[in-house]
Amino acid sequence: MFFTYLLRELRRRRRQAALVSLGLAVGVGLVVTVGAASSAASSAQDQVLHSLYGVGTDLTVTKAPTAGSGGGFHFGGAAGSAPRSFSGSHIGSSPGLALLSNTDVTKVAALSGVRSAVGGLSLISITFSGQFTPGSGPPSSTTGPPSFSANTVSIVGVDINNPAVGPLSGTTLLSGHYFASSDQDAQVALLDASYAKQQGLKAGSTVTLGGSSYRVLGVVSPPSGGTGSDVYIPLERAQALGSAANQVNTIYVEAQSSSGVSAVSREVSGLLPSATVTTAATLASQVSSSLGATSGLAGSLGTWLAVIVLIVAFALAAMLSLSSVSARVREFGTLKALGWRTRRVVGQILGEGLAEGVVGATLGVGLGFLGAYLVGRIGGTVKTVVGSSTFPRAGGALAAAAGRFRPGAALGGGGHTVTVHLNGTVGLATLGLAVGLAVAGGLLAGGIGGWRVARLQPAEALRQVG
Amino acid sequence: MYELRQVTKLYRKGRKEVAALARVDLEVADGEFLSIQGPTGSGKTTLMLLLGALDRPSSGSILLDGKDLSQLRSGQLTDTRARTLGFVFQNYNLMPTLTAAENVQAALVPLGVPPNEARRRARAALDDVGLGERAGFYPLELSGGEQQRVAIARALVKEPRVLLADEPTGNLDEGTRDEVVALLEGLRSSRGLTLIVATHDSQVARRAPRTAVMEKGRLRIRNNQSNGGQAE
Repeated sequence: MFFTYLLRELRRRRRQAALVSLGLAVGVGLVVTVGAASSAASSAQDQVLHSLYGVGTDLTVTKAPTAGSGGGFHFGGAAGSAPRSFSGSHIGSSPGLALLSNTDVTKVAALSGVRSAVGGLSLISITFSGQFTPGSGPPSSTTGPPSFSANTVSIVGVDINNPAVGPLSGTTLLSGHYFASSDQDAQVALLDASYAKQQGLKAGSTVTLGGSSYRVLGVVSPPSGGTGSDVYIPLERAQALGSAANQVNTIYVEAQSSSGVSAVSREVSGLLPSATVTTAATLASQVSSSLGATSGLAGSLGTWLAVIVLIVAFALAAMLSLSSVSARVREFGTLKALGWRTRRVVGQILGEGLAEGVVGATLGVGLGFLGAYLVGRIGGTVKTVVGSSTFPRAGGALAAAAGRFRPGAALGGGGHTVTVHLNGTVGLATLGLAVGLAVAGGLLAGGIGGWRVARLQPAEALRQVG
Repeated sequence: MYELRQVTKLYRKGRKEVAALARVDLEVADGEFLSIQGPTGSGKTTLMLLLGALDRPSSGSILLDGKDLSQLRSGQLTDTRARTLGFVFQNYNLMPTLTAAENVQAALVPLGVPPNEARRRARAALDDVGLGERAGFYPLELSGGEQQRVAIARALVKEPRVLLADEPTGNLDEGTRDEVVALLEGLRSSRGLTLIVATHDSQVARRAPRTAVMEKGRLRIRNNQSNGGQAE
């Protein structure tokens, strides 16, 4: 009887029921869509961060160089001399990053709350050739035909015993194999896919770094949307190449739990006061452009829109429920006259509200998935710019190199651009929240109608209709 | 069966209190057929609501089988309505979304009768009022007389001891009116029901041996046996 009565009643006032369900569905759909957009922005942000950090890294420790340090290149000769041809190469620590000792890595690893810490050494290898006139300042191509060229290769030394943290953690092996533990001091390398393609190299080839040949073990792709270093080599070999024995310029730290990242950050700052500690949060705060805009839109406008629609839907459902109850006063009075208990009558109305809520939730989830799909379709690709000071890997080195040598657009500007695709995924939590809201809306509407009925005296109900 | 002592029912109309019933005394015997007659606004419906445990008096007592309805809790009144009392209304008050059989079954919901048993009893009740063949019809597919017979079946399916009918023929034509009254009389005789019918129709009222005549909230008893006991 309960379901028969419920379904027939909903069928009788199907327009009203459809309106209530549709209102709830729109609200639910918006909640799901906003959740998906937010998730897409968050996921995109994660991609950006992973492309910079590696998947397992919670924070990085770097140190800014002191003024005047780092040396540089000097083109000597007496002023007014005749133009001279030159060529050469140089490998050095990434100019934007000062050196830290291996001992610092060990100390950081020993901090409470730290699961693991590994050192990395970012190097920049520059090969150049051209002509200059001594005393005329840095060579330039602006005063005549190009007379100077520079070829830059970013190299990073990685701790091959702990690949889960650090530069290699977010990469994907495309061919060959990763380092073996026995490769610690071997002249072996992994190449970035773009660099390998550009240079025509593959697993088994050799690549020359600092005048020495390195056997290519494999080719890797950077984290989705990110840009990796051109060449990865064992840390010890990088230290030898960069004349930085027992030194690194980035410490990659994995916290024991995500909630402990802030505490670890404070501990590291206390341990190494002159170092810069960058967490995902601080890095994310510097992520700019359309990703930030998307995230902000999803987080504020979308949420408010969903809240407003839900409030309107709830109010509409409640009003229609009250209207329905008012139109059925005689019916409920009759049921009470037949001996139906108030809770049974209220249960019947709640059941109708619940059914409307469930239909609304089902439709809303469908709308939400459609919205999530559209987020991916319309949102498309987002370019994100990360400032060079926050980019401790190859990007920082490249940016610094670009600032010093100004070789042109090939090296990019002062920041690092990461391209990510927005994928609106609907999480179970969002789904649960949305369905819960719709059901709550239906129950609220039914509850308000039920409250009206519970207060209804049977005599009063029967009198109202004469 | 019923014993009403000094029953008064007051209603508020704006700032004034109006007595719908004023110190009414009435006794109704078990199995009796009593009619309540009076013009519109005389207090018939108020008295029926009090007899039906649907309302409480402002003062006085209403004893049903010795229990004072005015003192019972709300749940006990609901139980009394579910088990002891059957109602028939002028407007039939059938659920438009339920079939005739389902409307009748609705009266068994408070008694917790299993669905199969409820279906069987509903069908039997409809047979008793001559509507077994129309069990699957919706109210709007039935004539007024048929709808009232479904309402009577709904009132009787739970086998109550009292049947309260408020203007049961008010919306029916003359022929159908007589059929419905005859049906009620027959059911009362065969089941030993106490039948109380409120009506403004003198012909219907005179079918009962006694009539409680209502006027401005006051009641006097008229014995219809003295002039034959039956309507002309």
